[in-house]
Amino acid sequence: MQEEITRRISDDLLRPLVETSWRFWLLVAVLGSVVATGLATWFYQIYNGFGITGIRNPIYWAFYITNFVFWIGISHAGTLISAILRLVNAGWRRPVTRCAEVITVFALMIGALFPIIHLGRPWLFFWLMPYPSERQIWPNFRSPLVWDFFAITTYLTGSVLFLALPMIPDFALVRDKSTGWRRRVYAALSLGWQGTTKQWHRLESAMQIMAIAIIPVAVSVHTIVSFDFSMAPVPMWHSTIFGPYFVAGAIFSGIAALIVAMAAVRRFLHLEAYLHPVHFENLGKLLLMMSLLWAYFVFAERLTVWYGNESAEREVLLVTQRGSFAPLYWTMIVCNLVIPFVVLSLRKLRTIAGCVTASFTVLIGMWLERFLIVVPSLGHKYLPYSWGTYRPRPVEIIITISTFAAMMLLYTLFSKLVPIISIWELKVGEHPFAQETAAETGNHRLWKANP
Amino acid sequence: MEGESVTAIYALYSDPDHVQRAVDNLRAAGLHDRDIVVISSEPIEEYEFSARDKATWLFYAAGFGGVVGLVFATWLTTMTQKAWPIVTGNMAIVAWWPNMIIMFELTMLGAILATVITMLVAANLPKRGPKLYDPEVADGKILVGIENPPSTSVQSIERALLSGGVARLKKIGARP
Repeated sequence: MQEEITRRISDDLLRPLVETSWRFWLLVAVLGSVVATGLATWFYQIYNGFGITGIRNPIYWAFYITNFVFWIGISHAGTLISAILRLVNAGWRRPVTRCAEVITVFALMIGALFPIIHLGRPWLFFWLMPYPSERQIWPNFRSPLVWDFFAITTYLTGSVLFLALPMIPDFALVRDKSTGWRRRVYAALSLGWQGTTKQWHRLESAMQIMAIAIIPVAVSVHTIVSFDFSMAPVPMWHSTIFGPYFVAGAIFSGIAALIVAMAAVRRFLHLEAYLHPVHFENLGKLLLMMSLLWAYFVFAERLTVWYGNESAEREVLLVTQRGSFAPLYWTMIVCNLVIPFVVLSLRKLRTIAGCVTASFTVLIGMWLERFLIVVPSLGHKYLPYSWGTYRPRPVEIIITISTFAAMMLLYTLFSKLVPIISIWELKVGEHPFAQETAAETGNHRLWKANP
Repeated sequence: MEGESVTAIYALYSDPDHVQRAVDNLRAAGLHDRDIVVISSEPIEEYEFSARDKATWLFYAAGFGGVVGLVFATWLTTMTQKAWPIVTGNMAIVAWWPNMIIMFELTMLGAILATVITMLVAANLPKRGPKLYDPEVADGKILVGIENPPSTSVQSIERALLSGGVARLKKIGARP
């Protein structure tokens, strides 16, 4: 019986690796061409200079830094959520963790690219690294941009290792189940994994330690991203609330991205037997909680500014709520609070479709939130003669769209090369938690309605 | 057939209860825990045989890595700030508040890297091709075996493995 379950799990989850339909190649071609267009546009920008973008004095940070903050926020989906669920040993985490961890790695890679895209001379980005140049000039560790470099490097390294370690036993499984070049590749990736009791203990202990270490790192990363803003004397940026506000927003958008990714994986890789409605409902509840937390931070921030009535800050507040940015602001409120609250608080609507709808709106709302943090404040600094506005040009829009395509492309290719659900962890779930999980899922009202 | 020489001898089981019995029988046959290899496609926590090798230095290694990262970050930040003493934003030359951010990140990076390196070394990874292994493990079988058994004990090991329960016995590198 147990062997039968093991074989079924292996066959189901390895199927996407060996079977390739024309739809897959079509998707890769479409996404690949969008990414190629984005890269070509970037090279066009490098060749022609920043004048072809809409970035002008006084708004030097616009779409690119909005995207940077947005993607770093999305990266909080995976490793942080996965680490927390691992530490509390939540049984339902098993099919979710890898889907989530992959988002972290790719979102961080894309996010970290934006400060480089934003550089006029991107080939000099290595000046951020702490190396002794020929004149012994080192980076200034008092600069928040250098903090970003260290925080993102640590988080990316930790997240890649956190993702890679539990993949080793699955690579060994693919090695045993495949032939030819595939077998040789996966044999190399599996590092000669056997599955001895000692290896399992070491792997599980390492994952526990990594989970403990990665949580404060994840929190620090988005706090440090918030420091890029809050260290500057710019209206509505110079705020002590920015650290936790950014972290809450990051987790919020991260969960939304995870729900969308899981729904796509479930549908396109036919993993309905593993990604159950209960997983979406649990994440939906988490999304609802984060929506309310995000709203609390927005309220606390805005109330303090309004009550303080400091002229420069009041201008930014008014321009976002009543002025030229008001349509974006109120769209953000609807997307981040109204829709998620209505959809996710009503049991009837908290279905897979409901969770995905709410998640899509949250992603739109959170991108707008990042934009509304960056642009209105820079356009309304303390001296009114320096006020300005920003209109994105096609270059920024194309590059922004192409990063979303890059995320989808990387995720698609990853799910083609690696089991997107951790097979060995799922098998463990069939042992001690088998009855518990089955009962939890089987008795779930959504499972009955949508098995 | 007393005196048979083999590189490894092992049996494949479907049931962890049988594995536990086989391990107990091997111990009774005079084999040490360190000689008995149990291989599975997933961690099995509920049995005594899986509790072997649980003690680990990983937590200490992570702590040590963290301390190394912290010391390195402290040296890097203070040394570079003193090497080019530039006043920035009226901060002290060695500015501890921003330095703490670098120190925190490198402490965690040190802990993470030390954990992974120690894990790989302790788990004997990477290595070229598993020596004692059977692809049926991937289908859920559990392997219990002995590498390089003394030729005088091959028969008693066979008996111990088979008395564990329903099992298929296999030998690697058997020479008469």
